[in-house]
Amino acid sequence: MNLYALPWLELSVLIPLAGALWVGRVRDPNAASRFCLAFTGAALVCAIMVAAGYWTGAIPSATFGAPWLSKGEPWDLGPRIFGRPVLGVDELSALLIPLLALLHFLVALATARTKMARFSFAWLLIGESIRLASFSCLDPWVMIGLLAVVTIPPYFELVRRGRPTRVYVLHMVLFVVLLMFGWSAVDGNIPVPKHLAAFSLFAAILIRSGTIPFHVWVTDLFECGAFGSALLYVSPVAGVYTAVRLVLPVAPDWVLQWLGLVSLVTAVYTAGMALVQRDARRFFAYLFLSHASLILVGLELAGAENKDAQVIGLTGGLALWVAVALSLSGLGLTLRALEARLGRLSLTEYKGLYEQSPALAVCFLLTGLASVGFPGTLGYVASELLVDGAVGANQFAGVVVVLTATINGIGVVRAYLLLFTGGRYATAVSLGITGRERFAVLTLAALIIGGGLIPQPLVMSRHAAAEAILADRAARATPGGPQGHTEANTGHRE
Amino acid sequence: MPDIDQLMTFFAAIVVTAPVALVAILGGSSLLGYKLTEEAISRASQLAIGVGLVACVLILGMMLASDQRHVVLDLGNWVEFRTPDSGHGHGHYHFAVKFEFDRLSVPFAILSFVFCGTIGAFAARYMHREPGFNRFFVLYSVFLAGMITASLADTIETLFTGWEFVGLSSALLIAFFQDRPAPCRNGFRVWVVYRVSDAALLLAAILLHHMTGEGDFDKLLGTGPWPEGRASVTEEQAVLVGLLLLFAAAGKSALVPFSGWLPRAMEGPTPSSAVFYGALSVHLGAFLLLRLSPLIAVSLWLAVAVIALGLVTALYAYVVGAVQTDIKSALSFASLAQVGIIVAEIGAGHWIPFLWYVALVHLLGHASMRTLQFVRAPSLLQDYRAIENAIGGQLPRPPGLLRWAPVRVRAWLYRFALERGYLDAILSDYVARPFVAVFRWSDRNERWWTTFLTGTPGSGSEVPPAGPAPSAAPAASPYPKVELPG
Repeated sequence: MNLYALPWLELSVLIPLAGALWVGRVRDPNAASRFCLAFTGAALVCAIMVAAGYWTGAIPSATFGAPWLSKGEPWDLGPRIFGRPVLGVDELSALLIPLLALLHFLVALATARTKMARFSFAWLLIGESIRLASFSCLDPWVMIGLLAVVTIPPYFELVRRGRPTRVYVLHMVLFVVLLMFGWSAVDGNIPVPKHLAAFSLFAAILIRSGTIPFHVWVTDLFECGAFGSALLYVSPVAGVYTAVRLVLPVAPDWVLQWLGLVSLVTAVYTAGMALVQRDARRFFAYLFLSHASLILVGLELAGAENKDAQVIGLTGGLALWVAVALSLSGLGLTLRALEARLGRLSLTEYKGLYEQSPALAVCFLLTGLASVGFPGTLGYVASELLVDGAVGANQFAGVVVVLTATINGIGVVRAYLLLFTGGRYATAVSLGITGRERFAVLTLAALIIGGGLIPQPLVMSRHAAAEAILADRAARATPGGPQGHTEANTGHRE
Repeated sequence: MPDIDQLMTFFAAIVVTAPVALVAILGGSSLLGYKLTEEAISRASQLAIGVGLVACVLILGMMLASDQRHVVLDLGNWVEFRTPDSGHGHGHYHFAVKFEFDRLSVPFAILSFVFCGTIGAFAARYMHREPGFNRFFVLYSVFLAGMITASLADTIETLFTGWEFVGLSSALLIAFFQDRPAPCRNGFRVWVVYRVSDAALLLAAILLHHMTGEGDFDKLLGTGPWPEGRASVTEEQAVLVGLLLLFAAAGKSALVPFSGWLPRAMEGPTPSSAVFYGALSVHLGAFLLLRLSPLIAVSLWLAVAVIALGLVTALYAYVVGAVQTDIKSALSFASLAQVGIIVAEIGAGHWIPFLWYVALVHLLGHASMRTLQFVRAPSLLQDYRAIENAIGGQLPRPPGLLRWAPVRVRAWLYRFALERGYLDAILSDYVARPFVAVFRWSDRNERWWTTFLTGTPGSGSEVPPAGPAPSAAPAASPYPKVELPG
């Protein structure tokens, strides 16, 4: 029996959904945690099988937005809308799907007992299911629908905690409306000028990615929501995914240029903001925003005149996406573990937590430095590629990217020193890392260091994805070229 | 029977691998929560450094015997992919990991091994039963790996990797005594300077990559062994890249205007002060300039800038060092004065290339002498005390060079020196403070904006801690404004 004949992708989406229904009925937080762990673990296995099947060639490459399946393929059993498949995997998503599943598994695993009663495992599973579906769906409208639906769990989380929701709701409603309007216009459903459609999509991406001046919803979500939920909502960088799928193939050059400019400004501005924060959550939120903007800079390079800069910069941006998702998730989990012990953390005085929990200190530093592209970590080569591409396109952009990484590096070490050094935190209770937390952060550390020492597989995978994106964009730009995605963006499987 | 080339490649691999293996052993065990004994840590350090040193000396011997002056250890392309056809066929992006053994790198690598080995043995006793013994040696191993990587690098990206390891381990070692805020504050300050100078090095690396198509030194500086290479860039390119490299070297070697961090680095344990800031780390900037000396050969203006910076730093360090009242600070400024002269010698190599050899020998000799002085410093104080007790008064001091200067000039110079040339104050007041003020102002506006959007006061303001406040961060309260320099 061919193992890959099983519908792993569909299973990875359905298992968390079924898990949510099951866990929602469990009242005991410890039991809910165990069940959640089992379901997220099963989804992770399925997601890994998807990636393995794709890279071994057993699962065919899909094309976003176009029919792709031939009869007799094992995936023929998958769900379809109007005869078109809903879920599929391509070079871009083959890595992102297991990454997403891993992040959910690790968040579930590292949830401390003290937080279990307040943390909703059912919502985590629902969110995982929707996110996996949106990252693997092939139909633009279904994807837009899923991106709209995935905004709902954080809203309920805020309501449940009695926190203000207006900032979040305002931004998300605006995002969904602009996205739907923009794509309707691109699809030809609404007769509006092309530039207006492009502008609408551009604004939607700015909002979802948290570029200035639409970034306050991210800091607000981190301040008011559960850290774990906020982390899972932002760390896959869904705004970038939306940009790659919906905007990059159709966007005129001016959109990419503006996107690049706004992203550069946001990257350096939010890096500076992270550096002066007095609250650990806000520090993390700004650090994330800065990195998300750097990834967008990489996407913008797809519109550069220099062909080398296009490929190198886009490859760097896509690789940085993976590095940032892993490293900032690790950093977020470390902060969350500290919060579970001490409550909200301020960055106004030295806390001296190192002696209490050296493992968390090391993980904080490792993941934080990985996010800023420190040598030997996963982010290093990604950052190098991004800077190289940016310098090739525009030397000013390269300087800004380097400046951003510099400020972020200073911010990470500042937060480390304030949290872990400068004193000796005295307590009668052990604040050391738990076994589950150690497993979670060691897994991330292994991926960060392992990927840093052997970066070629990641870079090759992202390079293939970048070439597919550029080929698709070029095919659409050709007069008389196909309107839908072409076969040009399939088969990049080295 | 392997020929001499194969043997040299084999030993070169050992030289590069030994420090990395030490990091893996010490760092890996810490990460996994396995606590090594002091003896095991000490033995692992001695073994790794001993093996690396012997291999390096063997390479030196074989190079002398075979008259080879340039041995390359090519570990292949770390990252590699094809770029689009731009009219001249497909391009090829690669990120090579290469190490070179030549007249410059081998002495510096041997120096690093010798000093790290000596100081490692010293530290094993000096740090005995210190709570952070393991942490010290982990950082020490990272430092060693960084030094060896940087000194042997044959591509600028490899050099940058080592450079970053040296910077991180140095900053964390300065903050080693982390139950007090002052070392952490100083460590952070050093990290800021390093980080900014690292940005300059990274930009230089990327620019070189663009100019020559790759970051390999032999493509940039010619294939001739150091210092005979000829840079394959124009004068304008040499000035641009050279100034960035000079900036990076200034940060790492504490040249003006970044000299303020050097005495702050003395907060760390004496062994690390001795080997890092007295001997190795402080010379790394000069080493970088030596490595890229063919760029200086190309441009007169770059050479003038290097000489000027070196001389200004030497003068500054002499004046400031004259008024230091603690021995480690006095030694650090004395060290800086020599580094300034070494940098000036490197710049002068534009006219007389032989001066690059002089600079290298100066560097090696100075590093050795200064390490000895640093290590001897604590016992020297004891000796002084004993002598002064015996003679019943202070030891006579010879009058300084400025004894004939007018009193007002001496007073001004004294104040200038006491304030360390106001360099720290200038950087704090005119760089750090405005930066913080602008972003704090933005932060207040953003909070106001969030509150406005929410419509209810409370959101957008800082959320009070939900859990118990840190009950005993003993030294926290006196230092509420420690986040940034100044």
